[in-house]
Amino acid sequence: QDTQEKEKTIPPERAEEAKLKAKYPNLGQKPGGSDFLRKRLQKGQKYFDSGDYNMAKAKVKNKQLPSAGPDKNLVTGDHIPTPQDLPQRKSSLVTSKLAG
Amino acid sequence: ADIISTVEFNHSGELLATGDKGGRVVIFQQEQENKTQSHSRGEYNVYSTFQSHEPEFDYLKSLEIEEKINKIRWLPQKNAAQFLLSTNDKTIKLWKISERDKRPEGYNLKEEDGRYRDPTTVTTLRVPVFRPMDLMVEASPRRIFANAHTYHINSISINSDYETYLSADDLRINLWHLEITDRSFNIVDIKPANMEELTEVITAAEFHPNSCSTFVYSSSKGTIRLCDMRASALCDRHSKLFEEPEDPSNRSFFSEIISSISDVKFSHSGRYMMTRDYLSVKIWDLNMENRPVETYQVHEYLRSKLCSLYENDCIFDKFECCWNGLDRQVEFFSVFHGSIVMTGSYNNFFRMFDRNSKRDVTLEASRENNKPRTVLKPRKVCGSGKRKKDEISVDSLDFNKKILHTAWHPKENIIAVATTNNLYIFQDKMN
Repeated sequence: QDTQEKEKTIPPERAEEAKLKAKYPNLGQKPGGSDFLRKRLQKGQKYFDSGDYNMAKAKVKNKQLPSAGPDKNLVTGDHIPTPQDLPQRKSSLVTSKLAG
Repeated sequence: ADIISTVEFNHSGELLATGDKGGRVVIFQQEQENKTQSHSRGEYNVYSTFQSHEPEFDYLKSLEIEEKINKIRWLPQKNAAQFLLSTNDKTIKLWKISERDKRPEGYNLKEEDGRYRDPTTVTTLRVPVFRPMDLMVEASPRRIFANAHTYHINSISINSDYETYLSADDLRINLWHLEITDRSFNIVDIKPANMEELTEVITAAEFHPNSCSTFVYSSSKGTIRLCDMRASALCDRHSKLFEEPEDPSNRSFFSEIISSISDVKFSHSGRYMMTRDYLSVKIWDLNMENRPVETYQVHEYLRSKLCSLYENDCIFDKFECCWNGLDRQVEFFSVFHGSIVMTGSYNNFFRMFDRNSKRDVTLEASRENNKPRTVLKPRKVCGSGKRKKDEISVDSLDFNKKILHTAWHPKENIIAVATTNNLYIFQDKMN
């Protein structure tokens, strides 16, 4: 009963904050600051090798190879990745929260 | 159907433009009013569709550039053609939309289908004439304003001088001349020397409707800065800073995130401005910097759901807001511009606040729950506890159905509301 009364007086925002900290104890000290901003600024970042990409384009012209194999996630070995093949590198906010 | 990313009426309200995630612009035109049917205003039909932006890849920075149209702004009409600015994350384009309803016929050297005639068969000369044809609406890009933004463009705003406009990204604001594409003037730069010290970004910017040297920009920390371009070339120092003091006892992890301003809009007079943060709409008097003059709660019931809204990223949703159109006389009362404000919410709900009566209403944009040509039924959301009949519980709200973009006709009580994939146009009931 004592804890129930405490919850009544805690503002809803603080209660939600407590829930979040319980789930992610390593949540960064800076509340809502640089992590989100840096992620926002890096939107659209995709990693690929422009040399690989141009070689793949040339290869396709010469041999008419399909540019993507049956497994689109295969980015090693024979298969030269093109920007379209790479899986979307969507930075998960959940992962970064754990990283702190 | 693609995801609608922006909605904007032109200055007369005759045209309504939408931009989508696929880089397309669709323009709707209002039918001319039918004199016999005085009970309803003209409907909006598709007028023109064109591909404004294509996806691009910046190889130097390994950056994928989305073709999604972030904003559309119309220029005031100067001649028979219409002009609008549309922008994605990196490039702004000026589009000319013109009508063609005549074509030349009767050439001497060409057949009507374009094939060239054998010159030896031409024995007489005729003068080609213009003959009427089915209306064709053509869109052509007249200016491309590129390579001026390192970060992602969130706003464009045309100046009241109708010659210049600003474009704002996360850290910088640039001033352009509509005729000049190879250079732009940087007027705001908040990039810190050391990016580790980054604490705030620009979220929206707009020129003052009447004063051509004044503009405002909002930030992720809930502040609005008013700048005067007469004061200095680089407006790094604000003329006014609008910020509501925070109650330190209420501070939480979420405070800064939900205070981030997602939209700022001047009133028609320029005396007031409206801002939208995650949970509320605020009206500011330009003469008072230390607090807003009015605050309206959009969906206060979400305050006790912030943890899950953070986990599903909804807490970062950017809602827009808008003022009602120009002054109108309706029966015995006047509906002045700025007396009603509108913004979207979740579950395909949108909200309107009447600043005079302080009444508010929640309406829903959905085909299932509203038959065409019937009056919209007001909705009510209740907390997790007891639910009255016809109320919707906050736990059953669909957070994937968000209304981020709304627009109000500049002269009539017609509104455009965009759900994820659909555009709804509502008008007030006429007698």
